[in-house]
Amino acid sequence: MRVVVDLNRCQAYAQCVYAAPRHFALHGREALVYDTAPDDADRAEIERAALACPVRAITACADDLAALDEAGR
Amino acid sequence: MSTLFERFLDPTNRADPYSLFAELRRQPVCPQADGTYVVGTHAEIDRLMHDPRISSDDLPDPQHFRWTGRPITDLIIRPVRAEIRKRHRPFIFRDPPDHDALRSRVMRALSVERVRGMRATTERLTGELIDKLSGQTRIDLVAAVSYPLPVTVICHLLGVPPEDEARFHGWATQLATALEPNQRGDEETQAKNEETFGEIADYIQDLVKAKRREPQDDILSDLAAGDESQRMNDYDLIATAVLLLVAGHETTVNLITNGVLTLLRFPEQLERLRREPEIAPRLIEELLRYEPPVQYRTRLALADIPIAGTTIPEGAPVVLLIASGNRDPARFTDPDRFDPDRRDNRHLGFGGGLHYCVGAPLARIEAEIALVALSRRLREPRLLADPPPYRQGASLRGPSALPLAIGGVEQS
Amino acid sequence: MSEAPGRVVIVGASLAGLSAAKALRTEGFSGSLVLAGDEPHLPYDRPPLSKQALRGLTSADTTLPQPADLDLEFRLGVPATGLDRAERTVILADGSRLAFDRCLVATGARARPWPNSAEAALDGVFTLRTRDDAERIAARLRDRPGRVVLVGGGFISFEVASVCREMDIPVTVLVRDSLPLAGAVGAPLGSFVAEVARGAGVDLRLDAAIARMQGDARGRLAGLVLEDGDRIETACLVVAIGAERNTAWLDGAGLATDRNGLRCDRFCRALGADGTPADGIFAAGDVAHWPNPHDGGALVAVEHWGNAVAQARTAARNMLAGDAAALVPHDHLPDFWSQQFGLTIKLVGLAAGSDAFAVVRGSMEERRFLAVFGKAGRTVASASVDSARWLPAYRAAILEGAPFPPLPGGVDAPARVAMQSLEEPTR
Repeated sequence: MRVVVDLNRCQAYAQCVYAAPRHFALHGREALVYDTAPDDADRAEIERAALACPVRAITACADDLAALDEAGR
Repeated sequence: MSTLFERFLDPTNRADPYSLFAELRRQPVCPQADGTYVVGTHAEIDRLMHDPRISSDDLPDPQHFRWTGRPITDLIIRPVRAEIRKRHRPFIFRDPPDHDALRSRVMRALSVERVRGMRATTERLTGELIDKLSGQTRIDLVAAVSYPLPVTVICHLLGVPPEDEARFHGWATQLATALEPNQRGDEETQAKNEETFGEIADYIQDLVKAKRREPQDDILSDLAAGDESQRMNDYDLIATAVLLLVAGHETTVNLITNGVLTLLRFPEQLERLRREPEIAPRLIEELLRYEPPVQYRTRLALADIPIAGTTIPEGAPVVLLIASGNRDPARFTDPDRFDPDRRDNRHLGFGGGLHYCVGAPLARIEAEIALVALSRRLREPRLLADPPPYRQGASLRGPSALPLAIGGVEQS
Repeated sequence: MSEAPGRVVIVGASLAGLSAAKALRTEGFSGSLVLAGDEPHLPYDRPPLSKQALRGLTSADTTLPQPADLDLEFRLGVPATGLDRAERTVILADGSRLAFDRCLVATGARARPWPNSAEAALDGVFTLRTRDDAERIAARLRDRPGRVVLVGGGFISFEVASVCREMDIPVTVLVRDSLPLAGAVGAPLGSFVAEVARGAGVDLRLDAAIARMQGDARGRLAGLVLEDGDRIETACLVVAIGAERNTAWLDGAGLATDRNGLRCDRFCRALGADGTPADGIFAAGDVAHWPNPHDGGALVAVEHWGNAVAQARTAARNMLAGDAAALVPHDHLPDFWSQQFGLTIKLVGLAAGSDAFAVVRGSMEERRFLAVFGKAGRTVASASVDSARWLPAYRAAILEGAPFPPLPGGVDAPARVAMQSLEEPTR
């Protein structure tokens, strides 16, 4: 999968960390570190993370290009 | 003639508050006769939730009570209780910097590992609760599942012994009135709250002592650990524990009940969830928009705030009407439609800004597990009353019971 | 340009290019869409390259997500070499020609190379801009160099220095000026970053410049000598002295290009050398030089992620606009973030050229604060250090041109807001 986070929007609510802790982590109070290329097998977790983001900062697509684009501004 | 907000608070409008909102949103920031400012549009609610001139420290000062004629009650018990209660303000009623310090301790205790670790327990509990319905044809979903599940989960997380759970029901319901501005200022409610708080505080105090003697793997043990220089003081510890208990009793319950109610009103979505449980996360986000368990939160303006053509004056109470913002057509296409496939669902169901719901990840897990299991296991569920009866509160809004007819229960 | 375009060519396959492609499809464009780029990679994201990817925490593969239905034709690994306005054609280095009805110039910028080319060619001297750059530097960091030297006082330097310290690698940052970042975020924040970096063990040298680099017999960097005579031993040096805009391929096209980029109007339309909009040609991202409505129309080129996305969207809409009345102006308020030493620094607005500064929430001592920048009595920018949830209120205040300092009173305010005046910027 491919993931990108709009860190201008991110306000460190950490909902993605709870949803997909192997792919999102907070370093310090607000520095979000995330996996840009998670395994397709983790799609459900990544989708949960994107959906749970209160500011919809996460965009994720499966590598087979099936759209999982939830950021939709 | 009552104002729109008074009509919203009126229990007779509890089943459908949404039809009042379009009129209310005509003026994004609506001054009320009593000096309160009600905000019903998405952009303005979102903005005020991030505005540092808005305070969450808005609990009313304890009233000067009418003379009961019993000097010990009037001069000692009541004032002392009121003072104690004031010191026990939980962090949802506080501002930075102390809000931030308290909240970050709670977040540490409500760790990712601990919250995710509740998945298995939640699944087991849900299974057991549904198993118990076997052989029944008429059930009350609230009593059978929506209430016991989150209550058991929060007690388990906090480290409250399961045999004590029953005692919290009444305490939690009473203390939730602190979120209702039309109740919490009322003398009788305040007196009752102080009495209730005294009881629950005594209980927690004893529990904390036990956790300190013999720490367990639970939140209360974590919060109580460490020497006095590091840990929360006892007021904050008790306030935090009470907050988590009350929130655990009064919010996720509504999320699950509202979920089943909504799915029964849109049977094609129920059928879809049964066949494709992977849609549950997006269905729950839509539920948080469409029927938010917390309908509004109150704040206090610390300065004059010009916004959307109105100036909220310093000192004015402010009501952020989340449920209305979630139905704002300026933000959501076709907002009164329940649409789990909705894109860009930036709802306000868990609030926003500094006070974003601490329990959101837990609520999502519980709602997902419960709704998926119920959709799969309840055979031919049917609403016996639509609308169902609602509880008193307008802020923490939800059915008091959800009577269903079922054709049986599938094996898990 | 009222006919509906059938063919769109986007030159530059990075964030702006891909964002424009997505926006074109979202806006209903169903014609042919070509995305040409000089690098061999699919569009990828750059911000992680100087942060987690460099440290090896996450993959250096930062390929951007692409919706399945984009229907894009990629021409990757071939730089564009020319644009023929009369023929409405982009010419690629392999001689192929891409005809267009609309063209988006999104060729971005490249790392400014070290001016001494012999020194720049030494093994161990790097720049950091591309994914390949990041992979090369990451490989060198894995070999645990004795010391890493960063040249330049911008955010990239401090982000890389932060990664080195997290890996426990000694690091020196050389800054030409007396403070880092002062031009971008003012002296008080520059001092703050300097103090944080020093606290994390960075050997920060201010007013420092390299007299010469030293190589060994095999052409590997061995060390450098500063103008003050100090010698620093190092085999790994990253040059981070800014960017140069990629406009050389447009030479001869009759477009308004200079070192600031490709000049465009507020609708992202590229301007010809005569100052009028060039038919069918638009620009977005780092390469665009545009009038900023939040600064009285002063020309600006913004090398930030958020602007690349926003400007690409505006350009895409305007590429499809039937007539002038349907054009939308690019009114994005510039914003960016940086992560370093465990802190998140965010900025909205343009702090450059401001004349006043104040911390209005939290405190620098706690390393958790929100600061504002004023210019002629108005609020023009706001910076947040680990206080991102206050930033939207200040963004709104900047957009409204609120008096400085804005939003007086409220929670988490210092007992007394200390206003500092900022010196006139030297640029």
